[in-house]
Amino acid sequence: MKDTPLSNCERDFLLKAIEEKKRLDGRQTYDYRKMKITFGTDYGCCFVDLGKTRVMAQVSCELVAPKESRPNEGIMFFNIELSPMASPAFEQGRQSELSVKLNRQLERCLRNSKCIDTESLCVVSGEKVWQIRVDVHLLNHDGNLMDAASIAAITALCHFRRPDVGIQGDEVTVYSPEERDPIPLSIYHMPISVSFSFFQQGTYLLVDPCEREERVMDGLLMIAMNKHREICSIQSSGGIMLLKEQVMRCSKIASVKVSEITELLNKALVNDKKARKEGGRCGFAESLPQERITALKMEETSVEMTDATERAKDIVQKADARPQKVPSPVVPVPGVGQVGQGLQNTWGLEEDEDDEEEAEECDSGEEQEEAVTKMEEERHEKEASGEV
Amino acid sequence: MMEVCGSSSVTLREFGCEQSLLSRPDGSASFSQGDTSVLAAAYGPAEVKVSKEIYDRATLEVLIQPKVGLPSVRERSQEQCVRETCEASLLLSLHPRSSLTLILQLIHNDGSILSCFLNAACMALMDAGLPMSCLFCGVTCAINADGQIITDPTAVQEKESRAVMTFAIDSTKRRVMMSSTKGSFSVHELQQCIAFYRDSVSRRYSKTL
Repeated sequence: MKDTPLSNCERDFLLKAIEEKKRLDGRQTYDYRKMKITFGTDYGCCFVDLGKTRVMAQVSCELVAPKESRPNEGIMFFNIELSPMASPAFEQGRQSELSVKLNRQLERCLRNSKCIDTESLCVVSGEKVWQIRVDVHLLNHDGNLMDAASIAAITALCHFRRPDVGIQGDEVTVYSPEERDPIPLSIYHMPISVSFSFFQQGTYLLVDPCEREERVMDGLLMIAMNKHREICSIQSSGGIMLLKEQVMRCSKIASVKVSEITELLNKALVNDKKARKEGGRCGFAESLPQERITALKMEETSVEMTDATERAKDIVQKADARPQKVPSPVVPVPGVGQVGQGLQNTWGLEEDEDDEEEAEECDSGEEQEEAVTKMEEERHEKEASGEV
Repeated sequence: MMEVCGSSSVTLREFGCEQSLLSRPDGSASFSQGDTSVLAAAYGPAEVKVSKEIYDRATLEVLIQPKVGLPSVRERSQEQCVRETCEASLLLSLHPRSSLTLILQLIHNDGSILSCFLNAACMALMDAGLPMSCLFCGVTCAINADGQIITDPTAVQEKESRAVMTFAIDSTKRRVMMSSTKGSFSVHELQQCIAFYRDSVSRRYSKTL
């Protein structure tokens, strides 16, 4: 399926609005959209809503043989799935450029930053280690997939619990969740990516671009940072030239945003832990609102009215004069009506008799017409006087 | 979660549905039966690849995405079941040379997954406004070792049963549109199950409509 192309009018409108520091949804330049983090039924399943962008991450684990170069380290595997659900442009199975880019960025953000202690994932050195697999499914593409994916991935990793393992001599026992409580992964820090989009060759900057803004942007700067203000990964794409000051400013903005997001993330984790402890049912099914109609629910959009100079009254006054009175239908025969032009035959092809007959009819028709028009005029005048 | 094994009453787990969740697809719905949840999205009618176009009908494509890993043969067989049911109820001849795409994402599997796929698919197609001749709904039932029939089984119950059957039933004439079975059972048990389905299906329709 092909995605609808962006029209030139839309593109010009968006760029012009950005030049006037206005965004489509009324946000400020550095504002993030509303973020919501929820968890699924089993450990390691997390949903992130960034405005309308929706992403689901699932973490799972498996015992495998380790890599030969690193015999006592666990294996991390990341996969971002661009589901055709997210956008009509995504195709199943096709390894598109965007998919490669997102996967690579997520790997650099989480794997190369060494946020997970892989040595704690080792069970038997050289033989059995845990392979932690993170699958991120994109459910709805409304811009800024990278940020949503990184938040979902790290939250799911924090939420995940792996089965407990007992080693007695040569025997290794893997306990099921019923036998022994599963243990969380050991996570050193939480890298979160923040995306900046640039317009007009780096003159204008927007944080957290929505899908429309992404389509008209010149370039994208992605900074992955943790709350200790350490940059884990930085990537600039689109071929824009950025000044050093711009990059420094972006990293300062990123540190503020990352600390806010980390706080929200921790709060969500704490709430979920509390809910699970109380034994309540949790999961996607529970998060559905009960007995309420929420389909097609939209938040109130604020509309800016400060620049509105023209008012409806002015437009009506300037409008054209009232349209010409149209003669009301003539009824020559019951059940047949004639309106507008064509009442009088102008072809001159008919015989004289018909002409006379028609002339008579038309005369009477015209008389009637005049009478009716007069009545209408009177009515209009009355209405006009009534209004004023 | 409440299911009762017994021939007198038919109980389904608490089910919930929400439509128009996602902004990009033409129609989307999420359906949950107890803890089993599925998210469905429908696109269409849209442009179709020349290799896949049919001259007098729309081409329906169903994609089932598992939570972990890539789609495998199991997903393909489930896709086929859902696709055949949808093709039987959609009025495909109204949109020749177009494509209708239905994507089903598994959120959580706690048993009765194929019937959850069917229900979510129907809700998403309705939300997309695609013309259909009838609505359909899916119900799974399992026959356990004692011979009792359990409707809407959980994953644990499915594992312990000797046969699991899923039927898709249409809304207008309550006839069976699709059946998918696993395990061994007798003809008599099959008839019993279909009778049960009719019961539980009428319950389901009364709740959704």
